[in-house]
This record gives sequence, C-alpha cells and structure tokens, in this order.
Amino acid sequence: MSARADVRTVLALEWRRERRAPQVLPTMLLFSVGAFVLYRFGLQDGSIDGPLAAGVLLVTTLLAALLGIGRLWTAEQDEGQLDAYRLTPASPAALVLAKALALWTFLLALHAVALPLFAFLLLSSAPGAGELAQVVLVLVLVDLGIAAVGAVVGAIAAAARSRELLVPLLGVPLTIPAIAIASEAIGPLLRADPGVVDGRWWLALALYDLVFLLVGWAVSEGIVED
Amino acid sequence: MPDEPTDAVALDGLVRRRGERLVLRDLTLAVPRGATVALLGPNGAGKSTLLRVLAGLLRPSRGGCRVLGHALPRERAAVKGRIGVLAHEPLLLRDLTVRENLVHRGRLLGGEAATPARIDALLEATDLVGRAAYPVAALSRGLTQRAAAAAALLGDPELLLLDEPLANLDPVAAERLGALLGPAPRSRFGAAGPRTRIVAGHDPEAALAESDLVVGLRGGALALLARPADVTDAEIGALYR
Repeated sequence: MSARADVRTVLALEWRRERRAPQVLPTMLLFSVGAFVLYRFGLQDGSIDGPLAAGVLLVTTLLAALLGIGRLWTAEQDEGQLDAYRLTPASPAALVLAKALALWTFLLALHAVALPLFAFLLLSSAPGAGELAQVVLVLVLVDLGIAAVGAVVGAIAAAARSRELLVPLLGVPLTIPAIAIASEAIGPLLRADPGVVDGRWWLALALYDLVFLLVGWAVSEGIVED
Repeated sequence: MPDEPTDAVALDGLVRRRGERLVLRDLTLAVPRGATVALLGPNGAGKSTLLRVLAGLLRPSRGGCRVLGHALPRERAAVKGRIGVLAHEPLLLRDLTVRENLVHRGRLLGGEAATPARIDALLEATDLVGRAAYPVAALSRGLTQRAAAAAALLGDPELLLLDEPLANLDPVAAERLGALLGPAPRSRFGAAGPRTRIVAGHDPEAALAESDLVVGLRGGALALLARPADVTDAEIGALYR
C-alpha cells in the first residue's frame, strides 16, 4: 500500500475516533471560548484591535492546540496502537504526517467556530471580506506549523512519564516563531483602518511549516520504531 | 527467486537489557519453519520480552536475531506484516467496533487482509459475527481476546507469536480459538507454506502436547531446549522452582 493511502487511513481513523468519542475538539473549543469570554471581561470594555487582537487570537490558538497535542498520541501509548502500527508495513513517516494532518484539520475546525466568536466578543470593528480572507489564510498556515510541531512534540511527550509537562515545555518554545510571524501578518489586518500584510511574513510562515514538516519526516523512524 | 531460509527464527547470543538489568541473557536457538515452539518459564523469565524482540517491537541489545531470514532490527521492514502477535495487550482501539478495528488494521496491512471476505471469515472463525458492531470497550476480556486473535491472523502471518493466547477464555471459546491459532498450515486462508508458532504459556501439559520444540526460560537465560518427548517432569519442575 502507498504511503499516501496509509496517511489517508490513519487520518480517517483519527476523525472517526474523534466523532465516536469526542476529546480533542471539544476540549480545544471550550478552552478557546472560555479564554475569549475571560478576555472580554478581563479587558473591561473587551474591545481590541490590531496587534493586541492578533496576539489574543494566536496565543489562545496555541494554548488550545497544546491541549490537543497532549491527546494526539494517547491511543498509540495507552491502547497499544503504536505496536499495532509497527507490525504493519505502513511507514513511520505516514503515521507522523497523518497525526500532523489530523491536528491541522482539528485546528481548522476549531477556527471555523472560534474565529466568528472571537470577532463577535472581542474585535472593535469587524474586518472586511478581503482582510478576513487573509486572516483565514494566515491561520491555515500557522495551524499547519503548530500541527507539524505538535505531531513530533506529542509523540515525544507521550512516550515520557510527565506528558502534561513536556507538551508545553517543548511545544511553546518551538512555536514562538510561528506565533510571532503570524502576529506580524495578522496585526495590520485587524486594525480599525486595515493595513497590508508584508509578503515576507507569508513566505516566513510557509518556510516554518515546510521546515517542521521535514523535521517530522526526518525523525519519524525514531519516533515510531524506537 | 532466492531460497527461503530453513529457520524461521535464529538467535545467536541474543541479549536484551532494560536499563542495567539483563532481561534476556545470551539466547542461542533455532526454530525451523513450520514448527510450533512451547515457550515456558515462570513470571518474569523473559518470555514476553523475547516475543516482543522477535516481533521487531524491541531492539536486541546485543547478539544476532534473524526472523524469517532477516536480521533484526536492521531489516525489520522486511518482516512487517508477516508476523502476527497476540499478547496481553489486545492492540485494539477501545472506542471502535470490532469490525472497524479489523478494517483499519487490514487497510494498513494491505493486500488480502483488507478484503471484507477475509474479515468476515475471521469474525466467523472467532464467533464474533454477532458482536462485530460492538465497540471493543463493551466486550468482556474473553471476547476482546477473540477480537485480538482475529486481528493477529488478519495478515495471514508466517510467524505467529502468542503470549498466553487462551487466557480469559471459557472452555468452548478456548477450544475454538485454539483450533484457529493451531498448527494448521496457512492454506486455511489461501496462502501457501506452513506457519511457525511460538506460544508462551504456563500450561506445560498442553504446551508439550502440541509443540515440536520446548524452550524454557529462567531469569532471562535458556534453561531448557528439547523435543517434547525428551522433556521430563523434573525438568519442567526445575524451570518453575
């Protein structure tokens, strides 16, 4: 069977498990909504824009993602699925890539609900269609980067005793560049008088994603086999 | 086409460490293709560890380990999908149904394993047709064991590694599963060639009755290696004393 078919099989399984016993999505969604409500009241008038709004959105995304990363490899660790996978001819890289794609699609699903809520609860002025489309594109890229990092970090953490500690300990430093770049890109779009995204931020985000997808591929053998 | 190696398993001074502790000590033995091996020994003797090493799930720390003609861990990719494992952990997803587990495993194994006909045949053989739509979490331990056996046989493995395969089963289920996991040729599911089996357990009488070779471990070392007919009660007793 091809690696692409293996990825598809594992990705379908991740979504099936999430539908059957929802864990990752509700956790991330409840956290995000809770954080937005807290910001709404914590910032008194709850009306933000520009870099502050970008920071709130992205940091909330990252913290929600950490919750998802912590659960990403639980079946492999707790239900013997890593052993079951290793007994099949499917490639280690396919498993790591499928995990990254699963987390990516979970984050996209999260944003489909959380982004309108964020705009409704916190933004001082609703972005125009053009700005909104660019914000979504930046989120698609930053989510992919977080997912690529998360697949590797989640696997390392799952094999360790202090899983809950390792995920933020490894995940936060590794995703700081993605959050910083995405903040630079989204900040101008969320201003009351929207600016233009500098092209280099798109490139930097795409490069970040590519680098960590390649890192995931490079370390997949070590993650899955030993 | 190159000749198939005669031995399904060949160990040469195999050592496996866990930290400072030696779990397997200098094991040297050969298991011919198609043979059934009874792997005996008290708790903690290293039986499960040996099965995990043979499955390619644990690296040998030292020594030679050839499985189905391939040196592990270097050539482990070559044996993937050719080894079936039935261990204490059922290796099934608890939230998925029995059928979903088999379909998922079959897709990863590829080939015939993914076909509905193979899955239906195994559900029938393990008497799980009526429970195919049950989540594994809802099954008793015995039923889970039967589902795990179906998953282990899905790829029609050349080498079957069984760790107390009939534990948790009632007598009827044990008889049925015993026959399914038994020393019959792989042609039962259409494939050619005999199946090699290594069966770890604590029932010497049953093990001796159906094996071609008896391997006894004690403290991770080889304490007994003989044909069943040559094994005495005293040797079995010494193994567990």
